[in-house]
Amino acid sequence: MREVHTGVAIREALTLAMEMDDRVFLAGEGIGVSIHDNPLMPTYGLLETFGRRRVKDTPVSEAAIAGLAVGASTMGLLPVVEIMFFPFITLASDMLVNHAGKLRYLSGGKSSFPLTVRVKAGMFGAGCQHSHNLEAWLAHAPGLKLAFPSCPADAKGLLLSAIFDPDPVIIVEDMGLYWMQGPAPEGDVRVPLGKAAVKRPGADATVVGYGRAVLAALEAASELEAEGVSVEVIDLRSLVPLDRETILESLSRTGRLVTVHDATKFCGFGAELAAIAAEEGFASLKAPVVRVAGPDIPVPFSPPLQEFYMPNAQKIAAAVRSIL
Amino acid sequence: MTAKQDATLRRTVLEKMYLARAFEDCISALAAEQGRLPGMQILATGQEAAAAAALALGKDDVMVTNHRSHVHLLARGADPKTLLAEIMGKESGVNHGKSGTLHLIVPEVNALMTSTVVGASPLLALGAAFAQQYKETNALTMVFFGDGAAAEGSVHEAMNMAGVWKLPLLFVCENNCWAGAQSFKEHCSAGNIASRASSYGMPGELVNGNDPDDVLNTALELASMCRDGRGPALMELTTYRMHGHGEYDKQHYVDPAEIEFWAERDPIVMFSSRLEQEGVLGEGQAEAMRREAADKVAEALKFADESPYPAPEAALEHVWASPEHI
Repeated sequence: MREVHTGVAIREALTLAMEMDDRVFLAGEGIGVSIHDNPLMPTYGLLETFGRRRVKDTPVSEAAIAGLAVGASTMGLLPVVEIMFFPFITLASDMLVNHAGKLRYLSGGKSSFPLTVRVKAGMFGAGCQHSHNLEAWLAHAPGLKLAFPSCPADAKGLLLSAIFDPDPVIIVEDMGLYWMQGPAPEGDVRVPLGKAAVKRPGADATVVGYGRAVLAALEAASELEAEGVSVEVIDLRSLVPLDRETILESLSRTGRLVTVHDATKFCGFGAELAAIAAEEGFASLKAPVVRVAGPDIPVPFSPPLQEFYMPNAQKIAAAVRSIL
Repeated sequence: MTAKQDATLRRTVLEKMYLARAFEDCISALAAEQGRLPGMQILATGQEAAAAAALALGKDDVMVTNHRSHVHLLARGADPKTLLAEIMGKESGVNHGKSGTLHLIVPEVNALMTSTVVGASPLLALGAAFAQQYKETNALTMVFFGDGAAAEGSVHEAMNMAGVWKLPLLFVCENNCWAGAQSFKEHCSAGNIASRASSYGMPGELVNGNDPDDVLNTALELASMCRDGRGPALMELTTYRMHGHGEYDKQHYVDPAEIEFWAERDPIVMFSSRLEQEGVLGEGQAEAMRREAADKVAEALKFADESPYPAPEAALEHVWASPEHI
């Protein structure tokens, strides 16, 4: 299969969706004319292709961007809006948590909100107000679906599924992946929401992660293979809905679970995974669950401090060794 | 509008005002009975002239309202039976007991989204108005919010984006003089909300919110501008919240003389007298309207009382639209 950058794969999904369906429009801060003018950015060139009616540069106004998506979606459009950096989603959170996630329920199932929010995330040397992965907040809010891809094919396929899903979906794009290449199919090939991928089979321990952390987990698995340890790596791809079956099935074979994410540990998504293992996979567990995550501090700026914060292959491998 | 249509519309406005008053009087009475109604009850008694704004809308127009919504919804034609059943938490309620009075959503009358988060409704309306522009329809969206909501940043964001994109969005601020227990002058440094419109490049009109003629004429005029692609507009209705924030609120912080002042300006009393004086209503017609409204509400109460509560496990329904995730 051909290889493309993740940023380009995302743009393919946006382009296809807009070509297929006039109900799809894009809105966000600088998604048309951008200060980040780079062909590897997902919305690069889309304004020229689709014009100002369908590619809307907005004021700096995250609450309004999210409100636009909520209101337009229930009117029959398929909005795809962008939140420039993950911490700024706090400014949009009322529209997402109290409205996108609740209005269908409040209507007694009469209204629906088929919107997509693309959130750009990751640790890129800008400090904690630009880098803060808040997926656990979103996963905790009922009524919102949440995807977090780790590779070009999933970034494209999950986004296509999200755009045409009848419910609100938030899809987190780790910007570090934009510059990385990988195989991705051409055309409208969708990855279903709620289905994890076993990225590498193994027998001794299961490492479950999502986003960039999956790459670190795969690196750790290679490192451990040299030591004779066989690690299964599961990429969740979707956090909501969550593919519990794949996790529990793997755990039933390996008996050991390590979770990994870039977000902080306390009340992070790893805690939910550990709880599922304890509640539903207790009989399979041969050792305690270990969570690899950022320490409970804001993401620091200085490179050695950020390095200290970030989960990496060494930290994941050490976690696996600790429970063998 | 011809004189005859005008008279018909004005009579309809009064009919809806009577209906809203009867509906809310019923809720007020039920709320006074121990254990009769679940949750809090938020009424718009005294603000019924806002019905005229809702009646300025056409069938395809969208209305977005808030926690104080009964007048707006009834004016648009929502069924009092399923509204009251919802307020009582019954399965037959318009939202199957998921909403209660605070966020009644009635897609049947194009009230697609309602929010009790103060100041949120204008952002929802922004999206609806965008869709109307995107689809090149001739429709507009009307959003109701209060003077208290006007302090929220979300209202600014909605007005700014609607102004930049010239969206067909009519902002209707019902200034009822109070935000919770704080008076208007305690939460707004300017004398009114309407003058903010110029900051967003849109017209802003200050209207006597207890005069349905004033409300109706301004709403029709501004709605017509919105439809013509001239962008959003703002109208502020100066009115009064006769029952406090909710039925539990004894308004200990309000000067009784103030309530008395506004009671003498009851929009229903004033409007029905005017229509009688002008011959728009014949003798006894206003009283017949009032009785008809009372009958409809009595019928609604019977329906709601006889309706069962939802099964407890129905709580799990209506989260997702996608069947595979239910």
